[in-house]
Amino acid sequence: MNLLWEWLADPAHWQGADGIPVRTLEHLLYSAITLVLAAVVAVPLGLWIGHTGKGRVLVVNLVNGMRSVPTLGLLFVAVLVAGPLLAGNIAFLVPAIFVLVILAIPPILAGAYAGVESVDPSARDAARGMGMSPRQLLFDVEIPCALPLLFSGLRSAALQVVATATIAASVSVGGLGRFLIDGQAYRDYGQMAGGALLVALLAVLVDLVFAGVQRLVVSPGLSAPRATGRCRRSIRRLIPST
Amino acid sequence: MKWFLDHLDEVGSLLVTHAVLAVIPLVIGLMLAIPLGWLARRYRGLRTPLVAGTGLLYTIPSLALFILMPLVLGAGILNPLNVVVALTIYTVALLVRTVADGLAAVPDEVTQAATAMGIGRVRRFFTVDLPLAVPVIAAGLRVAAVSNVSIVSVAALLGIEQLGSLFTDGFARNFLDPIIVGILACMVLAVALDLAIHWLTRVLTPWQRAGRAA
Repeated sequence: MNLLWEWLADPAHWQGADGIPVRTLEHLLYSAITLVLAAVVAVPLGLWIGHTGKGRVLVVNLVNGMRSVPTLGLLFVAVLVAGPLLAGNIAFLVPAIFVLVILAIPPILAGAYAGVESVDPSARDAARGMGMSPRQLLFDVEIPCALPLLFSGLRSAALQVVATATIAASVSVGGLGRFLIDGQAYRDYGQMAGGALLVALLAVLVDLVFAGVQRLVVSPGLSAPRATGRCRRSIRRLIPST
Repeated sequence: MKWFLDHLDEVGSLLVTHAVLAVIPLVIGLMLAIPLGWLARRYRGLRTPLVAGTGLLYTIPSLALFILMPLVLGAGILNPLNVVVALTIYTVALLVRTVADGLAAVPDEVTQAATAMGIGRVRRFFTVDLPLAVPVIAAGLRVAAVSNVSIVSVAALLGIEQLGSLFTDGFARNFLDPIIVGILACMVLAVALDLAIHWLTRVLTPWQRAGRAA
């Protein structure tokens, strides 16, 4: 325990290119890049699958199947295969980000798909009955209704990415995982435990931020605890009240 | 393939260690989650702190939790006990909510009928509520089992021997074969555990099949 506090209290560990602030920023940067890339692929695809109902079996199997693939092994394979093709620092970073994106896609895809699929069929019928085009139906009804599940998918992906970015330090990329891996290499338990504590705090913080954003973005009509029939209220809002 | 055949014994013993490290936390976690889930279901006010509290523990990345465990347990960093306790925490975190949901899904008429038949609260829990919640709990248990198998392999970064050691060895020697074998062995183990839980659920809930056959 003392080793941990000594390491954290040492001002030398809080500055420079391998200090705690820089490593934290690296960690957040990798995670943000990963999430954006994964969301660009998975959100439209998930919405499309939910909207059309095509490829449903694929999503379910993909999500379950990916869970059984050990992350660490996948990371090492990616670096050993792609590393020699690239030069310099990106030889490690590109395959690492690639693996992170691959891991982040299934939860986002599942969230987007489940969100659209969970929309009350009567809300969909009502929107069609009002003469909405398929495009309006998707953007004005299905997406707003899908936001809670879409965000919970993004949230679990973010959690997974922050955790896996820690492990990625074992393939020579930056981030807070460096302290855990380097501490292990130098038999410096203070550094390992200090880094681990920071990683844990960062993960909890990221999760709380996502929980907060989720609350802000989601329409109050949906998050009301006893709302029966999802989206009833947002439909009502579409009808001009005379 | 040749590497695999040459190292069959080694892979086999790592697989057994891996299975033990993944299954023990699953069993202990389930046994802890059942009373906690019952509390969360029985006392409304406890639900949020229990579910949110264990959920918070679940957000801690596995490698960090493995490293922090010795501070709590006092064991050495290489002690597999750290992995077992950390995975038990994850399992409990996943299952508390599932158990509470599973118990909540038991129809009121059924519990009322049981009470009317003079079945006491404790007996009702074990003979009526819990068996009826088995399918829901089993679904959560399958998720926990599969993710445990993946998380155990991370402990190889700390030098704890199991299938993940094939990843670190292969990576250190720039040699793909052991890594591929390790990945496949992990996936086989995950599928085997999944099937085992599926089978156990069928055995424990004979009425589900009886309903379908009739």
